[in-house]
Amino acid sequence: MTKRSTWALPYAIFLVLFVALPLILIMVYAFQDGAGNWTLGNFTKFFKDTDAINTFALSLEVAIENTAICILLGYPAAWILANKKLNKSAVTIVLFIMPMWINALMRTLATAELFHMLGIQLGKGTLIVGMVYDYLPFMIYPIYNILDRMDKSYAEAAADLGATPWQVFWKVQVPLSMPGIMSGIMMVFMPTVSTFAISEFLTNNKIKLFGTIIQENINSSMWNYGAALSLVMLVIIGMTSLLQDNKKEVSGGIV
Amino acid sequence: MKSNDKIIEFKNISKSFGDKCVLDDISFYVKKGEFLTLLGPSGCGKTTLLRLLAGFGNTDKGEILINGENITDVPPHERPVNTVFQRYALFPHLDVYENIAFGLKLHKVPTDEIDRKVRKVLKMVSMTDYEDRDVESLSGGQQQRVAIARAIVNQPTVLLLDEPLAALDLKMRKDMQIELKEMHKKLGITFIYVTHDQEEALTLSDTIVVMNEGKIQQIGTPTDIYNEPQNSFVADFIGESNILNGKMVKDRVVEFAGHQFDCVDEGFGENVDVDVVVRPEDIYIMNKVEGGQFSARVKSCTFKGVHYEMFVETDKGYELMIQDYNAFEPESVVGLIIKPADIQVMKKERVVNTFEGEIVDETHVKFLEETFECEHQDKFAAGEKVTVEVEFSEVDLIDHPEEGMLSGEVHFLLYKGDHYHLTVETDDGDHIWVDTNDVWDKGDLVGINIAPKDIKIVKRND
Repeated sequence: MTKRSTWALPYAIFLVLFVALPLILIMVYAFQDGAGNWTLGNFTKFFKDTDAINTFALSLEVAIENTAICILLGYPAAWILANKKLNKSAVTIVLFIMPMWINALMRTLATAELFHMLGIQLGKGTLIVGMVYDYLPFMIYPIYNILDRMDKSYAEAAADLGATPWQVFWKVQVPLSMPGIMSGIMMVFMPTVSTFAISEFLTNNKIKLFGTIIQENINSSMWNYGAALSLVMLVIIGMTSLLQDNKKEVSGGIV
Repeated sequence: MKSNDKIIEFKNISKSFGDKCVLDDISFYVKKGEFLTLLGPSGCGKTTLLRLLAGFGNTDKGEILINGENITDVPPHERPVNTVFQRYALFPHLDVYENIAFGLKLHKVPTDEIDRKVRKVLKMVSMTDYEDRDVESLSGGQQQRVAIARAIVNQPTVLLLDEPLAALDLKMRKDMQIELKEMHKKLGITFIYVTHDQEEALTLSDTIVVMNEGKIQQIGTPTDIYNEPQNSFVADFIGESNILNGKMVKDRVVEFAGHQFDCVDEGFGENVDVDVVVRPEDIYIMNKVEGGQFSARVKSCTFKGVHYEMFVETDKGYELMIQDYNAFEPESVVGLIIKPADIQVMKKERVVNTFEGEIVDETHVKFLEETFECEHQDKFAAGEKVTVEVEFSEVDLIDHPEEGMLSGEVHFLLYKGDHYHLTVETDDGDHIWVDTNDVWDKGDLVGINIAPKDIKIVKRND
């Protein structure tokens, strides 16, 4: 081992302790019953448990809706922020990014309080609104980042070749900003699938998301079933991150 | 010329970015099918002009016509021009084929026709078999070819090229120059080419438009521009040259470097100050002093491949550059001959600095936004608008900008055989011309002083 690679040792230890070990534990627990026997029972239980399946489907639905709305709102916002003609000051960007500095739980509580004050019934609608509010900056920032750095000669070249402003947008700017959109999707979709606190506060526990079920199982000491559910979720999240690995993306985004 | 030969016409184009005027009342036309080059140093406005033609940015004033039609307000995607961008701007998310087909697809050309056309241009730029390549995996030269193919596949009325060879190495640049020239012949479309490389311009163009500081300096064929530069900027910018102050004694006789020469120029008047240009290869040099019109002493001699480049000091103390196939030893005394047809006489752009001024009191005058002390005068009353004249040689430049009445930056310099003629831009953006024997460099920050006795106040005649 060379001298330099020893510097990596603390990080390696950290990774083993806090990433690898918990993952292995989840795997082990997921394939064992309460007595420590190897089994696939936790998974068959999940696939027979209509409540859990429905919650799982609802979680995915909410996450997809949230992500879609974040793209629809976030892309134009990022585009405007990155457009030097429309946005001449860095302050507006900070204003958009600022909510990211505040703890999500705090923002969620405040949002729930706001709905109370306005007399709006908590439910799926408020859940989506709250989530979009929570996660929008995570969509805007990576897209803004990539649009801001995009060489404007691409747009000029497209216009020069006969593209209308609309075609320039769809055929050049959107494809070129895909890496930003992808990191936005990852940063919004993944945490929404696994969220539980937000749904608790924003729906007054009326709507349960997948994260909530995991949390409930673990809280009631059903570690093995909880671990199996976590594993299912990890697989889903893992699948989304494959989206990112397109052949030759320009590195962009926030991470 | 018939008006339908003019494919593009610029009419009184002006454009400023903030306070800086980049194009100042530009008017000229481009003939159908010609290879026209906009040539000038960086910042002269050539790229801005090309971008205005492509539709990027608006003119402040003036009109651009293509085929007689005013396209000043037509958006870029509706203009019949295509551009080869300086840094190619190939779309990184598309492969070579898709890049080239981009314009055709937008124009809804049938797929089989797109296929045929793309293959044809790929062959033309010698890039067959590269269709599926990722554009970012290509070398600079190959990207350049794809960029050209992407533009010409649309068969534009005019092809615009913005310093397309600037990023290539010398050998590649030379090869591409030849290919571009052949492509121009084969395609028969009008090329408008932007470059700061005078050699490239001379090699490629049918017509060269020399620009500096937002103004056209000269328009002509490469030979015209080279052999008959219209002012000292063009003479200095294109090729090597000896530029000297001279005096037109009478028609066909000009005096410079302390001697009188026969020349072919007429119509300047008698005893008129002029600039004289003699190309270094047009001075005949010989060992026998008696055979020459005047004599000189060789100061240095350097081998340049095909020829030798020599600097000589003439009998009257002027330095000249001479290029000859034969070497002459330093310190040898030689005879020189300049033939009448090789002397290019140019009208002087100015003979004295003139400023708009205002009298402050009997011993002070204000110009260039500064109050200068002048010699006592009572011809003009305080507040009166006057013209102030200062000889080039009476402007003092000093090393420390803060110690001068004014401060400025050396903007342009011209060696005139026995002194330097500098253009100094003051901090307020005004120009002062200075003759000096001191050596300054472009970009030097200087202080500017003018002694009271050298400030000449005359009545303003407007």
